Amino acid sequence: MLEVTNLHARVVDVEDGEILKGLNLTIKPGEIHAIMGPNGSGKSTFANVLAGRIDYEVTDGDIKFEGESILETPADERAHKGIFLAFQYPAEIPGVRPWQFMKAALDAKHESSGEKKLSVREFSKLFDSKVAEVKINPDLMKRSLNEGFSGGEKKRNEMLQLAILEPKLAVLDETDSGLDVDAMRIVADAVNGLRSPDRSFILVTHYNRLLNHIKPDVVHVLANGQLVETGGPELAVEVEREGYKRFLEEHVPANA
Amino acid sequence: MEYRWGFVTDVDSDDAPKGLSEDTVRFISAKKEEPEWLLEWRLKAFRHWLTLEADDAEPTWAKVKYPKIDYQDMIYYSAPKKPGDGPQSMDEVDPELLEAFDKLGVPLHEREKLAGVAVDAVFDSVSVATTFADQLEKLGIIFCSFNEAVKNHPDLVKKYLGSVVPYTDNFFATLNSAVFSDGSFAYVPPGVKCPIELMTYFRINTEGSGQFERTLLIADKDSYVSYLEGCTAPIRRTSQLHAAVVELVALDDAEIKYSTVQNWFPGTKEGVGGVYNFVTKRGRADKNAKISWTQVETGSAITWKYPSVILRGDNSVGEFYSVALTNNHQQADTGTKMIHLGKNTKSTIVSKGISAGFGQNTYRGQVKIMPGAENATNHTQCDSLLIGDKCGAHTVPYIEVQNPTARLEHEASTSKVSDDQLFYLMQRGISEEEAHHMIITGWSRDVIKELPFEFAMEASQLLKVSLEGAVG
Ligand SMILES: Nc1ncnc2c1ncn2[C@@H]1O[C@H](COP(=O)(O)OP(=O)(O)OP(=O)(O)O)[C@@H](O)[C@H]1O
Ligand SMILES: [Mg+2]
Repeated sequence: MLEVTNLHARVVDVEDGEILKGLNLTIKPGEIHAIMGPNGSGKSTFANVLAGRIDYEVTDGDIKFEGESILETPADERAHKGIFLAFQYPAEIPGVRPWQFMKAALDAKHESSGEKKLSVREFSKLFDSKVAEVKINPDLMKRSLNEGFSGGEKKRNEMLQLAILEPKLAVLDETDSGLDVDAMRIVADAVNGLRSPDRSFILVTHYNRLLNHIKPDVVHVLANGQLVETGGPELAVEVEREGYKRFLEEHVPANA
Repeated sequence: MEYRWGFVTDVDSDDAPKGLSEDTVRFISAKKEEPEWLLEWRLKAFRHWLTLEADDAEPTWAKVKYPKIDYQDMIYYSAPKKPGDGPQSMDEVDPELLEAFDKLGVPLHEREKLAGVAVDAVFDSVSVATTFADQLEKLGIIFCSFNEAVKNHPDLVKKYLGSVVPYTDNFFATLNSAVFSDGSFAYVPPGVKCPIELMTYFRINTEGSGQFERTLLIADKDSYVSYLEGCTAPIRRTSQLHAAVVELVALDDAEIKYSTVQNWFPGTKEGVGGVYNFVTKRGRADKNAKISWTQVETGSAITWKYPSVILRGDNSVGEFYSVALTNNHQQADTGTKMIHLGKNTKSTIVSKGISAGFGQNTYRGQVKIMPGAENATNHTQCDSLLIGDKCGAHTVPYIEVQNPTARLEHEASTSKVSDDQLFYLMQRGISEEEAHHMIITGWSRDVIKELPFEFAMEASQLLKVSLEGAVG
């Protein structure tokens, strides 16, 4: 599904802005990978680079999605291919209704795959059922997208979009941060419900808590721009107990 | 989209000779078979205009630049076009215009009229129009051209013409008063709620009424009317200078909703040509009356207009909702005046200026609370959106408060479409162009939603088309 090799990426407008320094990662269809790592280690950067944000430049290495390099593919087309990013900090879009936004997104997806677009009636039905599924307050849907949403409400709204778009690879960037216990369960249910042999997930998280609800196949630790250690769920337990000290000491970057 | 809809027509012999003199004014009045009183009114205006011109009183305070206008180098009257002059069927219409109709979502039944297809060929729309005309007549609503109103309802015209915008008002209004060609007139009798948006089915009505339009709308006591002016489709205008006057009269308890969409030729990408649009629009709101101006301005090389409300009745309400977009080398200086005279008067101003390319966009607004206006309130919100770094946005509020009980709020913001917003939408599969469009129309939503429903979609498309090339 996803094959990342020796990925180096830097911030376009910043000198010495290299953040990812040789990241390798392979994800097979159906797998759930968790990525943990200290603040500022490059987790969100990796998620953004994967999704095609142009503020970052890939200077070396490659990203292959379903066997093809996507480095030259713009963000909207990566989304059409089935890559979805649940944002750590979702943007607020004044005057745009969540309904309208999701209709446009699903239409774009269908258009690119040559499928028939849903009628307004069909889409409304789908939308309402998903709103109920992720238990998001329907009143929020009358507001502008993410505007004035609480932190947790924004995250639920990301899950709503995930449920509607049904991507092949979903990256959840700290979707569990700032969630109450019930909301955490909703996120877990959403992911578990979408789990299938041909859909994969990357869960970026700081807490083992989420991983108690969603059992990952593989856990990675990202430090200094690389995945420095890979293991099973027990690695997450160690991180939560011991912190990142060991990883940072063992893997001082060569150029530091 | 490039604006390709402009061609030069043969000058009929019915046209007035070039230049402006008393003879020109008399010629126009005679062509219109006007009564003596109206000719006298025009002449008074013309003589006043001469003094203004001698004093060099053409306004220069607006933030717009244009070469000096030679008022003697213009034709002030062209004969209305005869049916049969235009294309005979849709097959003969410029394909670019047809494409524009598609992009804008102009309803099918209106396209032929807008494209100027000979009227006899357009059975459908004519019958639609007639059906509505019957309906209006039954309610006692008068809706006709200004010239017809002068002939058939002279008392109403005489009573209200110049009552809100006197012929001495300003340089351009004075010029209009002297040489106006035609325009629209509407009167809604007491207690009547006009059941349709006036003009939605008559959009073409003002076509051919020339560059100096004059509109007079009277909502009698406790009546309601919603009036729509203009059109999203790029309508051909052969003359460069436009100086229209619109007067609204809302008597006690009446409500007027006046919506404008203006998409005249903005000039080329390089800033050559384009319409100069100098408009005076003002409404008078009596006791408990409400006047609401909504405008979406995307066309013209220069826009100079300040739709205003004189809140002279107690409890009267004035509203101004505006989106002005300037792309390429367009310049807009637009805003409003809210003059509070009555007690408990209330005004709301929402202005959204979008600048792209080399566009210059100025909001200029005045809120004036007179001594008798106890408990007046105003809320002003004034937002600018910049696309690119060669354009400009300016905000010039004038506030004058002569009564200490007034409450005024002013909010202003300047923003850009943020990378975070764009990436968010694109990550969901929305194309860059569509993402820009969604963000910009969302940003303008407080204004767009004030438009009559069927027109709001078209207006949103118009913003998109007008920004093509500026984003992405
Ligand atoms: N656009 C940018 N401009 C400048 N610096 C950036 C940019 N994006 C990321 N960085 C820097 O790169 C480093 C990695 O940031 P990133 O957001 O990827 O960390 P993270 O691992 O997601 O952290 P957290 O756990 O706090 O979310 C940080 O030092 C950050 O300041
Ligand atoms: Mg992060």
